[in-house]
Amino acid sequence: MTRWTRNLILAASLTALPACASTPAQRGLMVFQQVCSTCHGMEHVAYGDMSSLGLSPDEIRKWAADQQMPNGTDDNGDPKTRPATATDPILSPYPNEAIGRLANHGLLPPDLSRLALTLPGGAEKIRQILLSYAPTPAGVTLDEGRYYNTALKWKHIGMPPPLQDGMLTYPDGTPPTSAQMASDVSAFLDGIAHPHQTERKRIGIYVLAYLALMALLTFLLQRRIWKGRR
Amino acid sequence: MPSPNRTPDTEPLGWLEHRLPVMSLLRHHYVAFPMPRNLNALWSFGAFLIVTMAFMVASGLFLAINYTPDITQAFASVEAIDRQIPSGWFIRSLHMGGVTMLFGCLYIHIGRSLWYGSYKAPRELLWLTGLGLMLMVMVTAFAGYVLPWGQMSYWGATVILNAVHAVPVIGQPLSELLLGGDTLGNVALHRLFVLHFTMAFAILGVIALHVAALHVVKSNNPSGVDPVSPKQTLPFHPYYTSRDGFALCLFLMVYAGLVFFLPDLLTLADNYVQANPLVTPRDIRPEWYFAPFYAILRAVPSRLGGLLLASGSLAVLFVLPWLDRSAIRPAAQRPMVRLSLPLAFAAFILLGIAGMHAPTPAWLLASRVAIAWWFIHFLLVTPLASEREISS
Repeated sequence: MTRWTRNLILAASLTALPACASTPAQRGLMVFQQVCSTCHGMEHVAYGDMSSLGLSPDEIRKWAADQQMPNGTDDNGDPKTRPATATDPILSPYPNEAIGRLANHGLLPPDLSRLALTLPGGAEKIRQILLSYAPTPAGVTLDEGRYYNTALKWKHIGMPPPLQDGMLTYPDGTPPTSAQMASDVSAFLDGIAHPHQTERKRIGIYVLAYLALMALLTFLLQRRIWKGRR
Repeated sequence: MPSPNRTPDTEPLGWLEHRLPVMSLLRHHYVAFPMPRNLNALWSFGAFLIVTMAFMVASGLFLAINYTPDITQAFASVEAIDRQIPSGWFIRSLHMGGVTMLFGCLYIHIGRSLWYGSYKAPRELLWLTGLGLMLMVMVTAFAGYVLPWGQMSYWGATVILNAVHAVPVIGQPLSELLLGGDTLGNVALHRLFVLHFTMAFAILGVIALHVAALHVVKSNNPSGVDPVSPKQTLPFHPYYTSRDGFALCLFLMVYAGLVFFLPDLLTLADNYVQANPLVTPRDIRPEWYFAPFYAILRAVPSRLGGLLLASGSLAVLFVLPWLDRSAIRPAAQRPMVRLSLPLAFAAFILLGIAGMHAPTPAWLLASRVAIAWWFIHFLLVTPLASEREISS
């Protein structure tokens, strides 16, 4: 993909900001929308799933409507698209794997749905990678499309350095430093890789409390029944 | 002439009773049923297993409704269950955590039978149906693990199916029957789905057989001496219903802890990467409940040898009632078995830990020592000990 089209997508996605970002995951979503999504998708995650981050249905619908979904072919056999809806998956910007590789020196930007779970080191590793770019040291030659990165075992990565200080503006006034954006987006990806985590823990506390109460009652019951029978 | 306390036909329960005596059957088997007075907490694990099986079948049905057994859609359909289907994450966690609870209880239940000699006459059939259930649960768990079509599903199944292929005579036709082709693909996934689904209900049938056998021979107890007079027994209800009820609450708390707070503890993250036949994971690891058998497969240099020892380690359990002819049931009362059996338990656990680690020389050696002790205990110590106890 040329710099020109990349900038175009960037400009388009600027129109779809959540009204007020406050939690790290919400700010991380902004980073995803404006930076990551120019190359990466989350094909198992639907736009509507963002309600778990506290986005309103209107914000989700507005964001989705700005994205295009493949929609079969027209009468001439040319591919058609339509605006996405809340139930559509957040697809990669590339229509297929071949084009994705073509645009990235033969490497395919990975899907981010479960990356924070499947990448050894998890979300923290993602944060480190984002902040470990460095100028290529003298004497080291890297292939075209490879970038020096000290967080990786072989010290290089196919992803160009994605974050620059001040590249976006957080509506809540958080300073958009690279370190801030890296920790926000890794918090966001951690939540995406572990869906319904908050709900899971909240319900779990009620279930455990109920079972503990039942355990106490059944313990007293069985003690009364067994009295003198030992 | 009707007995004086017979319920008249005009009452609904009486009407049912004279045609199909379910109420008196329930009263006989679950209310008045005589139980030994001295059972300890280890006797609750049978109840845990039944409850876990009920959870597995119920959650499995809801998963099956939303699952697509097709290699292009299976992974995505499981992701949709975890993310978009209402409460899907809960149902799936219940199913995944249930496997761990099922195997954990199964191994403790079997260990209890070994320690207290519950496999001895007249309970041989109870023991055999129980071991049969364990094998069925293993087959079901294997088939079920392939269904999400992640990397570990694919490569774990490849390892197992290659092992099946190595079995003489039946191996090749059996693996072809499962695969339905040369490689693990769409046909195999569909067959394993049907196998998983069918086996679950077959297990329920064999559980009925197992429980029926239990109600003929009655429960063993820690003393190993069956109660002879009614004074030595207590009715199942309310004594053991209340106690199992309390134990079940504690059991469900552990289960809930796994489902709600540690859903990732017992799954391999690699299985959230979609299956890719072109990329072999760096190390293929089994789930913890298959780790002991995986360790045996790896510790033996020959593929067929490993397979024979892994299946042999279970086969010795099937013939145990005839290897151990001593009338004394509890291991605690048998000088040799009292030392040897805990070591066999330790060997099983050691194999499990070894199976979860990379096969370094140290782990391979530990596995080999553990395998040797497992067979020494069952094939050497047990017959010798019973010989001695019979002659003395």
